[in-house]
Amino acid sequence: MSSAPQDPARPSDNVSPTTPAPDAPATEKVTSPEAAPKEGVERGDARASDTTHTDNLPQRGLPTETVDSPMVADTQALRTRQGMWGTGSGDTSGYGGMVRHVEMPTNSERPYGGWFDAVADRMEALVPGFSAGRTIVDRDEITFFVRPEKIIELARALRDDAELRFEMCPSVSGVHYPFSEGEELHVVYHLLSVTHNRRIRVELALPEGADGHPHCPSLVSVYPHVDWHERETWDMFGVIFDGHPALTRILMPDDWEGHPQRKDYPLGGVDVEYKGAVVPPPSERRSYS
Amino acid sequence: MSSHDMNHETVQNGEDQHMDSTGATAVDAVNAGMSAPSDGEVDRVYLAQGGDWDEIVAAQGERGDETIVVNMGPQHPSTHGVLRLILEMDGETVTSLRPGIGFLHTGIEKNMEFRTWTQGVTFLTRADYVAPIFNEVAYCLAVEKLLGVTEDIPERANILRVLMMELNRISSHLVAIGTGGMEIGALTVMTIGFREREMILDFFEAVTGLRMNHAYIRPGGVANDLPEGGLDHLRRVISWLEKHLPEYGIFCNENPIFKGRMHVAHLDLTQCFALGVTGPVLRATGFPHDLRKSQPYCGYETYDFEVKTWDTSDAYGRFRVREAEMWESLKIVKQCAERLEKTTGQPVMVEDPKIKWPAQLTVGPDGQGNSHEHIKHIMGESMEALIHHFKIVTEGFRVPAGQVYQAIESPKGELACHLVSDGGTRPYRAHLRDPGFHHLQAAPMMCEGSMMSDVVVAVASLDPVLGGVDR
Repeated sequence: MSSAPQDPARPSDNVSPTTPAPDAPATEKVTSPEAAPKEGVERGDARASDTTHTDNLPQRGLPTETVDSPMVADTQALRTRQGMWGTGSGDTSGYGGMVRHVEMPTNSERPYGGWFDAVADRMEALVPGFSAGRTIVDRDEITFFVRPEKIIELARALRDDAELRFEMCPSVSGVHYPFSEGEELHVVYHLLSVTHNRRIRVELALPEGADGHPHCPSLVSVYPHVDWHERETWDMFGVIFDGHPALTRILMPDDWEGHPQRKDYPLGGVDVEYKGAVVPPPSERRSYS
Repeated sequence: MSSHDMNHETVQNGEDQHMDSTGATAVDAVNAGMSAPSDGEVDRVYLAQGGDWDEIVAAQGERGDETIVVNMGPQHPSTHGVLRLILEMDGETVTSLRPGIGFLHTGIEKNMEFRTWTQGVTFLTRADYVAPIFNEVAYCLAVEKLLGVTEDIPERANILRVLMMELNRISSHLVAIGTGGMEIGALTVMTIGFREREMILDFFEAVTGLRMNHAYIRPGGVANDLPEGGLDHLRRVISWLEKHLPEYGIFCNENPIFKGRMHVAHLDLTQCFALGVTGPVLRATGFPHDLRKSQPYCGYETYDFEVKTWDTSDAYGRFRVREAEMWESLKIVKQCAERLEKTTGQPVMVEDPKIKWPAQLTVGPDGQGNSHEHIKHIMGESMEALIHHFKIVTEGFRVPAGQVYQAIESPKGELACHLVSDGGTRPYRAHLRDPGFHHLQAAPMMCEGSMMSDVVVAVASLDPVLGGVDR
C-alpha cells in the first residue's frame, strides 16, 4: 500500500541535510540526542507554546484539561458489502452471497520514503507522542493521524519550525464514516509549506459520541484562516471545535436542524414523472455496492 | 468610535433580515484593536428601497445615532452574486465588516455522493461558474490520482486541458477586471471585457457544446477532440485577443481616476500568509507563488511562461497582476495551438476500457450526441459492446479506497479537491476548496477603517464567485 515518491526530479523531494538517515528505526530517532530538540539550535525558530503571545486570541471554550485519547487501529474498516447491488432492488445478479470487507489504506511502515521521514521525525522530536497510531503513505501523499489533545501544539510546531514551516492550512474537510466504529467522524487538515513546497495531511479520528457532536480543539489560534473551514465542518458534520471564536453555521441558515453532509442525512428530492413513467430521486435509485 | 452600548440602527435594502450571528471572525484576533460588532439592541430599522434616502437621513439626523449597521446585499450589484456584507458604519467609515454567505448553497458536494465519478464533473462545473474548467480539472486530476492513472493520460488530452484552462483564465480575469471596473465607474472596461470573453466562450461552445457548465474534462481525459476547423477557430481567437488585450492597459494603467480608486484594500505579504491568501492577491505583494510552477500538473512544466507579480499589495496591484497574467496565458495558448497541430489524430482519453467513456461525441443535424458509428456498433454488431457501454454509463467504474488532495492554480488562487473513495462507483466524499470561500475571510482586514465605497473595490479585487463560495 505504501507507495512513496521515488522520482528524484519531483520538486517536493526536499530532504533536509540535517535529518538522520531515513532507514534508521523510528523509535531510536526520537530518543537519540541528535534528534532531540535543543534550545535555539535544533528547534530552528520554533517557539515554545508557553512563550507565545496568546492574549489577543480567543479563549472562550478552551478545554481545561486534556485526557489521553484512545489510539486508533492500524486499519480503518469502511464497511462490509454483500452482493453486487446496493439499495433499490433485489440482487438478481447471481452474486448475492458475495461478502467483501472494504478498508482504507493501512498503516505504513518505515521508511515512508522521500522527505516524508524527515518531516515525521521532526514532528515526533518537537511534539513527542502526537501520533494517534496511524500514518498512511498512499498515492504519494502522507496522512498523520493525530491525538486531538496534541493538535494545537503540533500545528504550532508545524507552522513555526524552520524545517517544517507549514505556513498555511488551505483546507479543512470533514468526513463521516458511520461504519468505522469508534472513529465515525474525521476532520482532515490539509497543510501546505510554501517554503519547502510540501503538502501533508493531518487527520483527527473522532468517535461520534452519545450526542453525535464530537469535540476537538480549534486551530484558529494557529491558522487564523481555518475559521470558515471549521465553521463549514461544524455546519455540515456537527463537529464542535472548542476555542473557535464564533462557531456558527456558515452555508446553511442559522436555524437549520441537522448536519447535511452526514451519511445518515437524506439527500431528498422528488420523483420525476414523464408520460406515466416514474423515476425516483437519486438517493432512492438502484446503486452498486 | 462610540462605546458599544450606543443605540444601534439598521439600514437594510431588500427583504427583512434578522441580524444573524456571523459574529467575530479570526480576523479579529489578528486585528485586535478594531472594534468588533457589539451586542447592542437594534431599536430602529430603516428599509431603503430607493428614492427614500431623504427621509432616512432626516430621521437619522434627528436621532443623532453614531453607529449604523448597513446590510449590503445579498441583492446588490457590486457583490458579484448573492454575497451579504454586514457593515458597521461610523459616518462613511467602516468600523466592522462581516461577510454572510450561503445564499447560493446548492449541496453540490452532497449530490456528488449519489452520482458516478464521471457524473460528478457535471455538478462541480457549476461551482465557480466563471472558471468552470478549473473545477473540472481539479476534480478529474484527483480522480485520476485515486485511480493511479495520472501517467496514462494521453498527451493530447493534457494539451487540451491546458488550452481550455488558460483560455478560461483569460475569460475569468476579464470578468474580474470588467466587473471591478464597472463598479468604480469604468464602464467601458466592462463592455470590452465581455466582448473579448464572448470570443472565448464562442470557442468553448464550439469545442464543448456549451458556453459554461461544460463538463468537458472527464476522468481519464476530455469528452471529445477539437471539432472540425477547431484550430482555425482557435487562431482567430488568439489574433483577436492579441489585438484587443492592450486596450485594458491603455484605458486603466495610468488613468488617474482609476488609480485613485484602486490604491486601496491593502493586504501585505504577512497578512496574506496569516490569512492563507493565494492567487493574484498574493502575487500582488511581490511573492511569486504559483502552483503551475511549484507543483506542476497537466504538463505545465513544459510550457514557457512567467509568474507575474506586482509590488503595491493593493487592488491596483491585483489588477496589474491579472492584466499581465492574461498575456502569459495567451503565450501558453499559442504553444498549445502549436502542439495540437502536431498531435492531430491522437487519442484524447485514457486507453483503459474499464475507465474510459465508451464513445466520443459528434455533432449531428440535431446537435451534439453519440457518433453514428458507435450507435451502429453497439446496436447492430456487438452485444458485448452494448453491455460494456451500459455498464460504464450506468454503473460507472470503481475507484480503489483511499483519499487524495489535488490542488491547482485557478484564476483566483489555490483551487483544490479532496476526494475520499470507499472503493465504490461513487465518490464517498468530495470537497471543493474554493479560493473565493477562503479569500472572503480577508475582506474585513482589507476594509475595516476604510470608506464604504472602497469595500466595493476590495471585494472586487478578491474576485469571489458565489457559486464556488457557497457550492
